[in-house]
Amino acid sequence: MENILTRYRNVTVLVAVLFAQVLGLAVQVKRTSENESTRLVRVWAVSAVTPFEKAIAWFGGGVGNMWRSYVYLRGVRQENRELKEQIEKLRLEQVRLNDDAEQARRLQLLLGFKEQFISKTVAAQVIGSSGSEQSRAIYIDKGSDRGIDKDMPVITADGVVGKVLRVYGSTSQVLLINDQTSGVGVLLEKSRLQGVLRGTPAGEVVLEKVMSDEQVLPGEKVLTSGGDQIFPKGLPVGVVTKVSPGPELFLNIRVRPAANLSTLEEVLVITQQEEKSPSVTESSPLRAVDILAQRLPSVPDKPPAPTVKPTAVKVSGQTTPPSSETPKTRSTTTEPQTAPEDRPQ
Amino acid sequence: MPISYTSQEQVEVYRFSLPVTILLPLIALFLQAFLPLHLRFFAIFDLPLLVVIFFAVARRSPVAGLLTGAAIGLLQDALTHHPLGVYGIAKTVVGFGASSLGVKLDVDNVGARFLVTLFFYAVHEIVYFLVARGLVGLTLQWSWLHELAGAFSNAVLAAVLFTLLDRFKQRT
Repeated sequence: MENILTRYRNVTVLVAVLFAQVLGLAVQVKRTSENESTRLVRVWAVSAVTPFEKAIAWFGGGVGNMWRSYVYLRGVRQENRELKEQIEKLRLEQVRLNDDAEQARRLQLLLGFKEQFISKTVAAQVIGSSGSEQSRAIYIDKGSDRGIDKDMPVITADGVVGKVLRVYGSTSQVLLINDQTSGVGVLLEKSRLQGVLRGTPAGEVVLEKVMSDEQVLPGEKVLTSGGDQIFPKGLPVGVVTKVSPGPELFLNIRVRPAANLSTLEEVLVITQQEEKSPSVTESSPLRAVDILAQRLPSVPDKPPAPTVKPTAVKVSGQTTPPSSETPKTRSTTTEPQTAPEDRPQ
Repeated sequence: MPISYTSQEQVEVYRFSLPVTILLPLIALFLQAFLPLHLRFFAIFDLPLLVVIFFAVARRSPVAGLLTGAAIGLLQDALTHHPLGVYGIAKTVVGFGASSLGVKLDVDNVGARFLVTLFFYAVHEIVYFLVARGLVGLTLQWSWLHELAGAFSNAVLAAVLFTLLDRFKQRT
């Protein structure tokens, strides 16, 4: 027996190592809950790799910031002009939306609705990925030391990114919504149909559990439904790109994520959510016409009616108008309404 | 000192210093996790696999090769959110196979390195696919085109990378 083991030493070691790993896999797959048994190895691996990633991200961020802020300023003036124009348009849009929001809040208050608010977020930088095409996960530079916890939602300004899967001391692993093991409760904006958003092995995003007799059109926006108890309701998730008959009685709906998941640099982790009744602001909202009047000063105010009718003075052939008739521009002292404190961020 | 022989010629065995043995896999893991964030096409490469093949064919010891493969594979698993062992098993098999081949053949020239990497990339992907589907229950899609592109890309990179890494070799 000993001779056989010695003779086939290499194969024996191979079989032993493979058996140990298969056994370990079986134990991990069997335990569906948090795999604490493998946590130590994961902590070692993450601790060995993430310091390099953090250092490069920090250095790259500094150099990039210096380049963008001090060296490469080409087109900034034009961009600034365009952004100002965009701000004007958005301010007008904001007024209209404020009206709608106030009305909705009043109705919600009447109906006793509870609303979810994002009350606290932590900004984090993406420092690495899992390094595998089969595991669509990223690492961020904030961990338990900054109040990050498991299952916290991760978003960008564009939309939902994923959720925190594992938390380490100063790093966290985030599972992206296009991973095949992820699931997000969503609804379609117009039709209000609910479904589950899942990733595919190819890294695409599909909407499942929508019956085939429902009508879903490409271009419709997909929002979080809040049904998964992780993501607050109403966050943008993506846009429907393709609808086709799927297996069994369900539609096969492809969704393009709102957040660009392949070029993530900075994300927000929602660390605190509150559920409370909506409050109606006391001050009346600005109307669009008020903003227009502020932003278009070329239309002069109607001058006040003069008490004494002035007479024109004729000086060497020219007629000088009286001082009270001099047109003046409208003062722009009214500032737009500030957002109430309890408004979601 | 030559310790293994083919029928015609002797094959040299190399060893590596401790810092290279530890740092090279870590750098490969770091680059594998970091670069795809900025260069999307880089996801097609598997640097830890190339390091496993390089160490295995240079050391020409099956036990050392499979243990190196298992260690690097498990570390790679630890960065994913899948159970530990999927990459571990695949790279154990590759480490054993590459070092066993290294004992019998001289794989120090560029052409041989290209072919060896091509072959073992395919072996790695097949074992990974079987383990991920059979043991973990992951739904994976097998795309011949993608695998072919991956095999060729990694083989070309290996031919270049191994030449650079030869500097770290130390004769036994």
